[in-house]
Amino acid sequence: MKRSTKDILAVNLAGISLDNPLILASGFLGISQEIFTRLYHEFEVGAIVSKSISLNPMEGYRGPTVVPLENFNFLNAVGLSNPGSDSFSNEIKNNDVPLLVSLVGSQENEFPKLIKKFDKLCILGYEVNLSCPHVAKMGMEVGDDIELVYRIIKRIKSVTTKPVIIKIGIGNTNIVKIAEIAQDAGANAITAINTIRAMKIDIKTERPILSNKFGGLSGKAIKPIGIRSVYEISKNLNIPVVGCGGIFSWEDVIEYMLAGSSAVQIGSSIGYLGMSVFKEIKKGIMDYIKKKDLKNIMEIIGNAHKY
Amino acid sequence: MHTNIDTHRIVSICEDTLETPNVKTLIFQDNLSFKAKPGQFLMVWIPGVEELPMSVMVSNTNDNAAITVKKYGIGSTALFQKKKGDVIGIRGPYGNYFRVSKKQKKVILIGGGTGLVPLMRLSVILNKMQISCTLIIGARSKPEILFYNFAKKILQNTKHKIIVTTEDGSFGIKGYPTDALIKILEHDKFDMAYTCGPELMMKKVYDISISYDLSLQASLERYMKCGVGICASCCINDKLVCTDGTVFNNKELKMMTDFGLIYRNKSGIKSHY
Ligand SMILES: Cc1cc2nc3c(=O)[nH]c(=O)nc-3n(C[C@H](O)[C@H](O)[C@H](O)COP(=O)(O)O)c2cc1C
Ligand code: FES
Repeated sequence: MKRSTKDILAVNLAGISLDNPLILASGFLGISQEIFTRLYHEFEVGAIVSKSISLNPMEGYRGPTVVPLENFNFLNAVGLSNPGSDSFSNEIKNNDVPLLVSLVGSQENEFPKLIKKFDKLCILGYEVNLSCPHVAKMGMEVGDDIELVYRIIKRIKSVTTKPVIIKIGIGNTNIVKIAEIAQDAGANAITAINTIRAMKIDIKTERPILSNKFGGLSGKAIKPIGIRSVYEISKNLNIPVVGCGGIFSWEDVIEYMLAGSSAVQIGSSIGYLGMSVFKEIKKGIMDYIKKKDLKNIMEIIGNAHKY
Repeated sequence: MHTNIDTHRIVSICEDTLETPNVKTLIFQDNLSFKAKPGQFLMVWIPGVEELPMSVMVSNTNDNAAITVKKYGIGSTALFQKKKGDVIGIRGPYGNYFRVSKKQKKVILIGGGTGLVPLMRLSVILNKMQISCTLIIGARSKPEILFYNFAKKILQNTKHKIIVTTEDGSFGIKGYPTDALIKILEHDKFDMAYTCGPELMMKKVYDISISYDLSLQASLERYMKCGVGICASCCINDKLVCTDGTVFNNKELKMMTDFGLIYRNKSGIKSHY
């Protein structure tokens, strides 16, 4: 029997059905509805996560904010620049593509206000960014505080029925510990990992290149850390995990899924390979599935745990 | 030699030329930018200050490249103040570029301010291919006219005409470059028009190109954070100026309903010109 691409690649993530497991990571092209539409229709992404949106607009840091590094990596300290919740909810008011809104805040009480701006819109759910490594009082500084993490998630879950994915990263607290806290508080899934706090100094001028000095490392270098994180989290938790970090090829996606990812997020490779990376990876996965004679890609999730 | 266009190359400025009281050309050695095509840009790091997109200018000598900067905000003012011996960081060249085909016999170029930079790089090619060329240079006033003598020199081997417009009438034709364009199109035809400059000027050029059925390529300038297609700070509708552009043709411009109307500010909020 011939199976359609749709059946073979479709995945289920915390009650959300996706055409395929390839999701646009937060912070990449994440502010424009017209680009979301193009990514979905022209490049066939499974879903899109918006830029992390705060209650009020943020301008972000002065340039350079994005530094391409050797070996297909990026260092960034954009400073969570984003249009804010009013402007962004207006941007996506007619959305009809699979979209998750990424939320960021520094205090517990900001999150119900954020949810209020988006809950009536046509979106799949939320991703909560508790792991940006370069903005004071936001992201990772929240993510490292397990009591605050617990309270924020409880609070969010009490005001929305939509799925809530918690995005965590490599900070000072053990990633499995934060993931467990998130699960206990009612999170529907975990995304791991975010960028990792890092730095680049130019040896001729002897200066850090980023205006913020420190930033987050993404790209090929962080993939093994992402794989390890997904493996450990999925081994210890019952909720699904979305792998993220350094995905450039279909092989990378398969590796993440074997480690226990139900879906994956892709970011930095767009900067090196263009938006078409989604279609190319999708094709590679299709060929893999055919060769392996699988009914659906979900069959391989967590297979590496057998050993 | 550096072969990776993406990582910063630290270059030392070997020559600086004041073009007008507010515009300066900086020349530095860099083989990758020397080979840039017209309309491509560099991301220029002014150490400790900012990173800005800059269209690649013509340099006279092999392996050298140049940028031309107009004093405006904090970043461009700091870049303007750079002189011989100072260092800057560059990455790129990025983006697509103006297309020229042998079929084109006669073209027209419309530039305003530092938008003339990619048109100079284009002129070098037009000169080599001996394509007949009309160049309109737009400026506010006489002291702000850019590249008038330079253009004469780089177009010397091809049939050419250079027209200058100033808003205050202190030199050439009084008015905007688009006023001159309309006058010329009343009695003349061209195989292609190329434009770069303030977006509102380019929008006008686009409108004119529609009414006169003129093929057009426009090199757009937008606020850019990454230059490599990941941040969307440069987006117009569903296009990214840094990777889908900088150059767009009539067909693409037609679909860009925000062109000449709406841009995104630093937070990414849509704002009106
Ligand atoms: C320029 C840039 C901006 C980012 N912005 C966000 C953001 O707003 N929220 C977030 O949760 N992650 C953000 N990230 C992290 C990515 O979503 C992703 O977790 C990380 O880049 C690792 O994946 P990759 O190696 O595929 O890029 C950003 C990353 C980059 C490079
Ligand atoms: S400048 Fe970042 S996408 Fe164009």
